[in-house]
Amino acid sequence: MAVTGLVFVAFVLLHMYGNLKALWGEESFNTYAEHLRTIGEPMLPYRGLLYVTEAVLVLSLVGHVYAAYTLWSRAGNARRTKYEAVKRASRTAWMRWGGTFLLLFLVWHLLQFSIVKFSVNSAKQGPDIQQNPYALLVASFQVPWNTLIYVLAMVALALHLSHGVFSASQTLGLTGTAAAYRRAKLVGHAVAAVVVIGFLLPPLAILFGIIK
Amino acid sequence: MNLTLKIWRQPGPRHRGSMQTYKVTDISEDMSFLEMLDILNEQLNAKGEEPIAFDSDCREGICGSCGLMISGKAHGPERTTTCQLHMRSFTDGEVITIEPWRANAFPVIKDLVVDRSAFDRIIQAGGYISVNTGSAPEANAAPVPKQHAERAFMAAECIGCGACVAACPNASAMLFMGAKVTHLSELPQGQPERDARVVSMVEQHDHEGFGGCTNVGACSQACPKGIPQDVISTLNKDLRTALRR
Repeated sequence: MAVTGLVFVAFVLLHMYGNLKALWGEESFNTYAEHLRTIGEPMLPYRGLLYVTEAVLVLSLVGHVYAAYTLWSRAGNARRTKYEAVKRASRTAWMRWGGTFLLLFLVWHLLQFSIVKFSVNSAKQGPDIQQNPYALLVASFQVPWNTLIYVLAMVALALHLSHGVFSASQTLGLTGTAAAYRRAKLVGHAVAAVVVIGFLLPPLAILFGIIK
Repeated sequence: MNLTLKIWRQPGPRHRGSMQTYKVTDISEDMSFLEMLDILNEQLNAKGEEPIAFDSDCREGICGSCGLMISGKAHGPERTTTCQLHMRSFTDGEVITIEPWRANAFPVIKDLVVDRSAFDRIIQAGGYISVNTGSAPEANAAPVPKQHAERAFMAAECIGCGACVAACPNASAMLFMGAKVTHLSELPQGQPERDARVVSMVEQHDHEGFGGCTNVGACSQACPKGIPQDVISTLNKDLRTALRR
């Protein structure tokens, strides 16, 4: 849970960095996207590093979901008779149902921007949009309901990270003193804040017409 | 004060239980929660009904015998044990729900009494040090740095009441185990068996059917002794170190 989670934290921060390139315009964003594919050439083949990254991420996802499901089912078995008066801890619900929502979001997100590359904007269709990462990005986030899905997903991600980063530090045994414990909590909230703001800047800038 | 109590009644381990409603009147706010239950039991006795079974022993907050889920909170609304909780923490006319600790590893014996011997078996699995007894050793023979001594004492405050398990959404006993492991790992006497201890205790914990820890922290908030969540981190670190060796 902890190790795979930290893989995602690193990935999410890099992904956010790439997205922010959109604020500097089409050339900056598309050059970065192309550079991801040519990085390491000629030592690595075209898309070489991307394939490796994707493989690591898929394995991490399988591990993360498997560990989460194991904990979830263990919790269910460990308390078969429920309390009458106890409300479920909201953090547990956020991690479990929020995590499930993020998994569904991931499917939508990958279909939209990676596997199929379709435009949800009826005014902007065709291969010119699909083959141009920046054009697809702008077309997609000009559609309010699509932006709303991303806003909800980022809120879920922020809540997931604000507990997850701290929880990973606990599990790895890095928070054995009161000071380290407080630091881990703070880092969790900071990472969550940076991620949610960094990821939402480009879509909201597009939705409100600041970048076109 | 007049109160309405909704209490879990269960005649025995194999019987089905249910919530029953009782009324108590003229309760002084200076009474402890258990004294309030004593009064209810006197009334039940007078009527020829079966009194409510609950655990208690020292009634001064140090033995760890008592423990009730009071309106959804382990040991009630204050950070203390049930015996040291006073009725001034409640308001006149309040409806109070009283349930036993709920965990499969803590089966109900009767009414509000649960069997916590799973904790004893976790301790038997490794929560001790093997020494030849004799006269007390000279106090300064094995120097212990102040911060280690303080943390060991802090962890040793655990009275094994089980509130951590009761409050945990996963019914995990990691705070209990973390306290025991930290207590011994901080001291020189705990070092020889440090690796074996954590491995066998965690094995026993999982075998007893406690859930896994997701670092929610409900345990620490419920702990009457305020054992901090960072003892779980020490437990995890000791386990990681032990498994690598």
